[in-house]
Amino acid sequence: MTLSRREILKAQAAGVAALVANIAPPASAQPVSGGVEALQITWSKAPCRFCGTGCGVMVGVKSGKVVATHGDMKADVNRGLNCVKGYFLSKIMYGADRLTQPLLRKKDGVYAKDGEFTPVSWDEALDTMAAQAKRVLKDKGPTALGMFGSGQWTIFEGYAATKLMRAGFRSNNLDPNARHCMASAAYAFMRTFGMDEPMGCYDDFEATDAFVLWGSNMAEMHPILWTRVADRRLGHPHVKVAVLSTFTNRSADLADIPIVFKPGTDLAIMNYIANHIITTGRVNKDFVDKHTTFQLGATDIGYGLRPDDPREVATRKAEDPAATTPIDFEAYAAFVRDYTLDKVSELTGVEPGFLEQLAELYADPQRKVVSLWTMGFNQHVRGVWANQLVYNLHLLTGKISEPGNSPFSLTGQPSACGTAREVGTFAHRLPADMTVVNPEHRKHAEEIWRVPAGIIPEKPGYHAVEQDRMLKDGKLNFYWIQVNNNLQAAPNSANETYPGYRNPENFIVVSDAYPTVTALAADLILPAAMWVEKEGAYGNAERRTHVWHQLVKAPGEARSDLWQLMEFSKRFTTDEVWPTEILDANPNYRGLTLFDVLYKNGHVDRFPLSEINPAYDNAESVDFGFYVHKGLFEEYASFGRGHGHDLGPYDLYHEVRGLRWPVVDGKETLWRYREGLDPYVKPGKGVEFYGNKDGKARILAVPYEPPAESPDAEFDVWLVTGRVLEHWHSGSMTMRVPELYKAFPGARCFMNPEDARKRGLNQGAEIRVISRRGEIRTRVETRGRNRMPPGVVFVPWFDASQLINKATLDATDPISKQTDFKKCAVKIVSVSA
Amino acid sequence: MRGQDRLRLGLTDRGTALGAALAGLIVFACGALSQDASPIQIVPRVTGEAAPMSEVPVPALARPVVDDVRRMRNYPEQPPIIPHAIDGYQLTVNTNRCLDCHKREFTEGSGAPMISITHFQDRDGQVLSDVTPRRYFCTACHVQQTDARPLVKNLFQDANDIGPKP
Repeated sequence: MTLSRREILKAQAAGVAALVANIAPPASAQPVSGGVEALQITWSKAPCRFCGTGCGVMVGVKSGKVVATHGDMKADVNRGLNCVKGYFLSKIMYGADRLTQPLLRKKDGVYAKDGEFTPVSWDEALDTMAAQAKRVLKDKGPTALGMFGSGQWTIFEGYAATKLMRAGFRSNNLDPNARHCMASAAYAFMRTFGMDEPMGCYDDFEATDAFVLWGSNMAEMHPILWTRVADRRLGHPHVKVAVLSTFTNRSADLADIPIVFKPGTDLAIMNYIANHIITTGRVNKDFVDKHTTFQLGATDIGYGLRPDDPREVATRKAEDPAATTPIDFEAYAAFVRDYTLDKVSELTGVEPGFLEQLAELYADPQRKVVSLWTMGFNQHVRGVWANQLVYNLHLLTGKISEPGNSPFSLTGQPSACGTAREVGTFAHRLPADMTVVNPEHRKHAEEIWRVPAGIIPEKPGYHAVEQDRMLKDGKLNFYWIQVNNNLQAAPNSANETYPGYRNPENFIVVSDAYPTVTALAADLILPAAMWVEKEGAYGNAERRTHVWHQLVKAPGEARSDLWQLMEFSKRFTTDEVWPTEILDANPNYRGLTLFDVLYKNGHVDRFPLSEINPAYDNAESVDFGFYVHKGLFEEYASFGRGHGHDLGPYDLYHEVRGLRWPVVDGKETLWRYREGLDPYVKPGKGVEFYGNKDGKARILAVPYEPPAESPDAEFDVWLVTGRVLEHWHSGSMTMRVPELYKAFPGARCFMNPEDARKRGLNQGAEIRVISRRGEIRTRVETRGRNRMPPGVVFVPWFDASQLINKATLDATDPISKQTDFKKCAVKIVSVSA
Repeated sequence: MRGQDRLRLGLTDRGTALGAALAGLIVFACGALSQDASPIQIVPRVTGEAAPMSEVPVPALARPVVDDVRRMRNYPEQPPIIPHAIDGYQLTVNTNRCLDCHKREFTEGSGAPMISITHFQDRDGQVLSDVTPRRYFCTACHVQQTDARPLVKNLFQDANDIGPKP
């Protein structure tokens, strides 16, 4: 774009004039001068764009712009409340640097890996992308093609993506950023109950007598759920709150039992509580006999590092980290007998009195208890174990699947459950808890998708951390990232993530609403429509599916991720991507585009545009000529109906504030696995964990094993990463809202004052946080909301100028492949030293 | 008694907006004059440094705004920001320092705004005689501001500035 000097002067003059006009004293103290019409705002419902709580918000639109939002009084989750981020939702779409056109790296007018970002048309963008994908497919086949999706994808987007990757390109290299977030929770649900997601719901909060937070700072990360916890605790004096963390945070302000333990030792605390329940004779024998079986887990399972990493070679003894063998109650009791109060108090650094009080919350048969956890458990090299160990406590006492007794895994993203888990966008999963390794499941999916038998590949694809490694190693060469900022989020990023993005063999595409660190490291940036700029559906942590309408138009040429996926699919024919044998056996599929096969297949496209509520826009449907969202939803829902994952009819979701599945006969299910509350429990069973064939849940015996990396003489403090209240995830939305930015304008290193003094550092001093892998510059915070114990520092990851994940370790839970972002060793030095 | 920014003139949002808008024009003008302007503006705190993954010197910690001047809300539902110091305020299961001034009974002496009546409603919308426990932790919604300058201009428009004019 070039402008003459005269045009620039004119623009400046107009801008100044407008500003002057704006700051004239308001003539607005007059009564309704434009009539009531001038005051009217059109209100519609939507779920919040941020965390997994799933608050309902009312979104106010005037003249095509969102002008206000507030908590929805009719939404059961939040009943009119929002947190500070939720109250500023109105501003998240209006950062002045929204991406509004595709940008391709070009040199001399053509794509070049080392070129500069240049605006291009959608056709040029998608054609270039398709040519790159075809090059990679031809050279290396489908396993060199990959996609990194999101727990912020709408259900439709995740569903369209899993179809395109698995049934279109025949690649299982599809994984969501939710791998970094709650893979451990999902694996533990499957291993314990044979079915994913919590049995209870938020209504447990109003029915319980005790809350135990295991590595979850709800006061900042789930503030609206915290209002429900506070309501219960402060309104009912008998209620107790225990908060376990590796440092003292805002949640501890409500704690009756505040516990700060040494990183990783939570495993031992849970085995101690199990031992306490057994030795004090408070096992619910009837429940345990009828509804549980016992297993011994494989041990010495390694740390999910690269297989040739010396630490991995030294620590991984188990051939299959997920292996279990059946044992009985006596063997289990003997296993946990080692976890005595004295021993565990010593290992964890926790006062014995607090440990006993905590254990009693579970052991006391008169007390109902809700356990809550998020990243402290999930981002843990033994995350699956941690999740299962807390289920042990609820199963031993029978405190499960009834109002107020609930082990409850919270989620951090708005559709971690709805999209990543339920739709099945993990490298090994299909919709409704099915997996690609099971031939029956693949067959069932191929039938519903109306694609030939044998299309879906059986080998699980690369998981998140492995994708980065494979990009770097040149085995994954075409990579599409949607709705996440992985270069800011991924562990050990300077060594394991960035090199793969800039590997000259690779073509990297990033779809986003804003220019993020990840987008800037891509070869092609696609501008995305966000939140209420498209019709959407999210699923929150309590199995609630919540749908919204498109309320405003996206800026410029920005298009939804769904549109991008579907439009891209038009550029491939079956002859180009499917093997000859399959096409020979199914000649009627020859010559069709993937769009025809996957979306305009006579099934997804069966709902006409006339079924869209005429009060709302629907950009994708108008473009493709059918009601895309309803078609995708109804096909997707057919996976789960009749199998305990039932979703209601699509149109119903536009009327209600979400429904918790299974939705049977139009009724949602609040508590699963208990007769009278869950229609899937057979009469006379009382409790039935029907996800497992024997109807029983598993109690797992596993030990405490140490973290992958602990502080030593040189790297002498623990680094914990995480979030703050005002910013969500990598901050790409909240950092562009002035009020949220100004409330917490940059990351900093929360540190114990004595630790700072010993290093000669004052409050606010500029420091380097250095690990064996990388370092950042930041500033010391010895005051403020987090009170750190000696030897532990906390750095949030929302600040793109302080990429703390350059320092973190890419160690994962070997079962769930989820990264441990909470435990690695760093040293702190002054920048001026 | 804390002040009010009655004329919306100044001290903060409007002034900042003016500054940001002028800065934007200058960037725009310079960008336009440059032949190879990138379509993406580098703002390290949101985009990272121009040289990816490189280190960035860290500005001094921003200072909280404690001028006691009430700010206009962006829309009526917005929780007002806290324009005063809250260092060392205890906000725990035992005590809530914010209530010392903002509770109905204390506002006459303190001059602080009374906590909104919306905060007296329980989950079922019934009005209690005092603040509901679910609204007990003030800082989940009400935050302080610092003197940090916004990174990127936000084009959000006030409802009264668009559409039919009142």
